[in-house]
Amino acid sequence: MGKGGNVDMKWIRLKYKKWFNISKDGLVKNNQIVIAVLGICSALAVTNRVENAIAMGLGVTFVVMASSMTVSLIRNLIPSRIRMVTYMVIISSLVIMVQMFLEAYFFDIAKALGAYVGLIITNCIVMGRAEAFAVKNPVRYTLIDGFASGMGYTYVLILVALVREILAFGTILNVQVMPDAWPKWVVMAMAPGGFFVLGVLIWIIRELSKNFEVEMK
Amino acid sequence: MDRIIEIIVATILNHNIALAYILGMCPLIAISTNVRNAKGMGLAVVFVVTLTGIINWPIYMLLKSTGTSYLSLLVFIITIAATVQFLEMFLDKFFPKLYNAFGIFLPLITVNCVVLAVSLFFANRNYNFAETTAFSFGSAVGWMLAIILVAGIREKMAKNSDTPRGLAGKGIVFIILGILSLAFIGFTGLANI
Repeated sequence: MGKGGNVDMKWIRLKYKKWFNISKDGLVKNNQIVIAVLGICSALAVTNRVENAIAMGLGVTFVVMASSMTVSLIRNLIPSRIRMVTYMVIISSLVIMVQMFLEAYFFDIAKALGAYVGLIITNCIVMGRAEAFAVKNPVRYTLIDGFASGMGYTYVLILVALVREILAFGTILNVQVMPDAWPKWVVMAMAPGGFFVLGVLIWIIRELSKNFEVEMK
Repeated sequence: MDRIIEIIVATILNHNIALAYILGMCPLIAISTNVRNAKGMGLAVVFVVTLTGIINWPIYMLLKSTGTSYLSLLVFIITIAATVQFLEMFLDKFFPKLYNAFGIFLPLITVNCVVLAVSLFFANRNYNFAETTAFSFGSAVGWMLAIILVAGIREKMAKNSDTPRGLAGKGIVFIILGILSLAFIGFTGLANI
């Protein structure tokens, strides 16, 4: 056994660490898009190109982390009756920061995302994390949780965008990958493409992880 | 007047806010299990979106004239939250019947991105007051149409269809929405917003 046993023990101990479980929840087990089906609007509306998906994913990750941190810091001062409005004000201030940052440094992406940057405010993931996690936990865990949820969101966005961009334009990040003769599936860049790709992705992930939703009859 | 009708037709059919702009998906997926609830949610959305559109327009003009339009996000969301809260208290006090009909749907609307999106879209398009009202109303009716269509299909499917287990529940809604939105592409070019 010797060395192998030690590695096993380390792995087992890791499994009981809180930060490990929080990250696993956010990235895989309770992935906000695929399993919880939250934050769909932005996940579909901006994923016709990979660069938009990356910008949106990072924007949401930043907002989730910063808003969870702020909510957690002042969680003992917020009267519970007006907590929703408090979250809204915190979140929208952060989103305004993201919007101004994108407009200043990545103008093309800001143009392509348009009003959808502002709509991060009503992205259920941000509000959901604040209400379900940040308001009950100390700051260091909320940062991990925000990061994991945000990254779980980002990689699903990038996956969807990869499929859509390849099929619709034959490119990845504007670099051509398909032969010239590729018939561009323009419909993939429009709304139906987004719905179909995400639907199939959810199907594949649920089938692979054997995590089925119980249907009420 | 022609312009108003054109905007209403466009926002209901070819620029449908749910099926072409993919907005308001969370409540659409969560509440579309039966037609009755879908109708309730749809009506509540029509009511709130039209009202907040009308309230937000003068506020946006004020912000614009003072050169602080970067604050519009923050101001819009506060207006929306306040309107919903006020509406809830007002209906509860004076129209208890209507309040009971809306029930749980009213508070849920604050997090419906259709409401904020409508305000942000008209802000980007330089509409006048009448156009804004038409745009808000039409978008909300379009959303209601989408949720009722999806709910109708889901109700039928729950009885008759054998859905693959990986798609059961929320997964299949995406396929339904995809097909519906393909159908709505058929309206392209019907009217401009």
